[in-house]
Amino acid sequence: MTSHLVRPYGDTTGDGRVQVSFTLPVPFGTATARARAEGAALQLAAKMGLDPAMVVHAKGMGPDYTFFIVYGRVSHLVDVAQVTVTEREFPLLSAAEVNLRIRAALGRKLVVVGACIGTDAHTVGIDAILNVKGHAGEKGLEYYREIRVVNLGSQVAVPDLVTRATAERADAVLVSQVVTQRDAHVANARQLAAAFAPAGRNRPLLVVGGPRFDPTMAASLGVDKIFGKGTTPSEVASYLVHALAREGVAA
Amino acid sequence: MQTRLNLDPVLVREARALAARAGQPIVDMARTHTTVSIERAVLRLAGLQGADGDGMPWVNRLVDAVRDTVGLEHGVALPAWEALLASDFADLAALAEAAAHGKVAFRAPAGGDAAAARAAASASLAAGIGRIDSNRTQRQRLIGETAEPPKPWIYLIVATGDIYEDIPQAQAAAREGADIIAVIRSTGQSLLDYVPEGATREGYAGTYATQENFRLMRAALDDVSRELGRYVRLTNYASGLCMPEIAALAGLERLDMMLNDCMYGIIFRDINPRRTFIDQRFSRQIHARAGIIINTGEDNYLTTADAVDAAHTVVVSQLLNEYFAKEAGLTDGQLGLGHAFEINPQVPDSFLLELAHAQLVRELFPDAPLKYMPPTKHMTGNVFAGYLLDAFFNLCGVMTDQSILLIGMMTEGIHTPFLADRDLALENVRYVRDAAGRLGESFVPAPGGFIQRRGHEVLGESVALLRRISAEGLLTAIADGTFGITKRPADGGRGLDGVIARADGYFNPASDILENPGAIG
Repeated sequence: MTSHLVRPYGDTTGDGRVQVSFTLPVPFGTATARARAEGAALQLAAKMGLDPAMVVHAKGMGPDYTFFIVYGRVSHLVDVAQVTVTEREFPLLSAAEVNLRIRAALGRKLVVVGACIGTDAHTVGIDAILNVKGHAGEKGLEYYREIRVVNLGSQVAVPDLVTRATAERADAVLVSQVVTQRDAHVANARQLAAAFAPAGRNRPLLVVGGPRFDPTMAASLGVDKIFGKGTTPSEVASYLVHALAREGVAA
Repeated sequence: MQTRLNLDPVLVREARALAARAGQPIVDMARTHTTVSIERAVLRLAGLQGADGDGMPWVNRLVDAVRDTVGLEHGVALPAWEALLASDFADLAALAEAAAHGKVAFRAPAGGDAAAARAAASASLAAGIGRIDSNRTQRQRLIGETAEPPKPWIYLIVATGDIYEDIPQAQAAAREGADIIAVIRSTGQSLLDYVPEGATREGYAGTYATQENFRLMRAALDDVSRELGRYVRLTNYASGLCMPEIAALAGLERLDMMLNDCMYGIIFRDINPRRTFIDQRFSRQIHARAGIIINTGEDNYLTTADAVDAAHTVVVSQLLNEYFAKEAGLTDGQLGLGHAFEINPQVPDSFLLELAHAQLVRELFPDAPLKYMPPTKHMTGNVFAGYLLDAFFNLCGVMTDQSILLIGMMTEGIHTPFLADRDLALENVRYVRDAAGRLGESFVPAPGGFIQRRGHEVLGESVALLRRISAEGLLTAIADGTFGITKRPADGGRGLDGVIARADGYFNPASDILENPGAIG
């Protein structure tokens, strides 16, 4: 593979200029303390590969902390050819196309059950995807005539979600996780996958979303798809059609 | 305060009258019902603290035991105090422990027993409410000894999950310029039907609201208030299934402000509408007594609905919050009505629209300490653009005389604020306040210009919506998804099983005092 080497760009190709800001737990009171603090910031910058580096701003915050803004030059090269990206494996469809595909492939409405599981009470994510109002100028899944949405809301226990998804004959289960303390979102996603595991191949499609998920981790968490920050309802709808209502596939 | 929008006073009066008409049936419902949390709050005000070995508070144990035996339609007080007087239990905690083990035979008292139980319960409640009264006096004394900060008050949040981490962060924030510290609750506490006990060190995206956590934080802020010569207020969150109890604890531990919205729990936490409204009234009666400023949650509507399209739902909710608050005894000076700067910055004239909305709220509620919330929905991760947007929010806040500014973080939506994020945010608001703090006196929107027209338009939409709500009923409007897009039927959501219709002879010694302000003190 041909390599494609680049450096950060300030105002000249290859100048390698970057800006970082950080706080160190050092005082910024006396002249000596200030000199020591700036020296500490430069030492960190050097270890981060910034050479030369310049502290352009330093400010004491209370008696014990100092905030720095540092500009510097990095010598590192980045090989763009070495970067692997997960391309979206499905085309983005309009609402009309989504409805048409569901009618053609399923001959009935596609059923989506959504919830925030565990202790997460932040329904903003699931609501943005499911509510008619939608998100980022797009209408939510409730707007799609051929999708039936059951939004269970916040703090749903996983066993209750399984029961309800089964009762509703859900084609897909959408779970949103905003709270990430102690990696609760990852633990909850695994719990979700485990709870549906007994259903084997008959289980609904499991889709998880939230701002802190790594979209490449679907397989290791045991779910079918992970959506990250900034996902819009049409991406989710297009994915559901791709996975559940392929042309020529009767479900 | 000057009038900038030239609003039609007839229309404003009509809006208030419609809000009262929509709210009256809800108040009637609250007067004729009680809830498990109201009854538990009565016991908390009487001094019952502590929990069993599983961490379930004694107030829950005692109320559940009474409910399981004689029911709660007469209130918890008569059966509880009658049992207390009829036996040799040392106190309510001993009674609760025995009751939890099924060792107390409660009965609905009558005759002489009832009179004695009433007197004993009333005496206990008078002592508890007396403590709330003396806290109110103590707050005034501390403000006198230190100083009342000038408005707008700067409101900052701490939320580590560990009260012992929160304390130094809160003190540092106060030293950096915060006038109000809010300790965000652990996620989902609003859906717990009990209040956890003791000092807590574990929480999810926030710290549990407990009586001991309240006490610890208020004591720490008293220390820093004296150090700074400026009274630093403490805020927590009453909304949720335990609204009355948390309001009681806030009064007992001298919190200064409480989030207390009439519909937030319904819309955003799927708590049953009836439960919420009944709990809300009692909780606000306690806040009124405690001199606590309530904060309402209208800003939340704009995080699910579009901030331009739904601007009038904010005003409608504020008018309803105002009606319910005043009915419960709160004064204008205790109404921290909420709203927010959430218009998409890509919308043309977005800042002018924000000015019009903020000024409309200011003029509708001239004496209320309005709480203005910074942008969250359109903070994109571009921290530099976010810092600019926060500056415009601060500018709008000072131009329209907002009373409480929640300080926006440029890293909103990325992580809980770093120390430096908070410092930069305070630098932002200080600059705007120092540079443009007196701009308000020269801010005179052109007669008939864009800002005035938009203010009139939102008021007109608000009145139209209030007409519909007052005609069809508030519970129906909530079920239809009028607020925050979410549909919440009157019999759906959590907590309806904790609502009890009052029987004739219902006795609540706390309400008797709270509804008759001259009764004690």
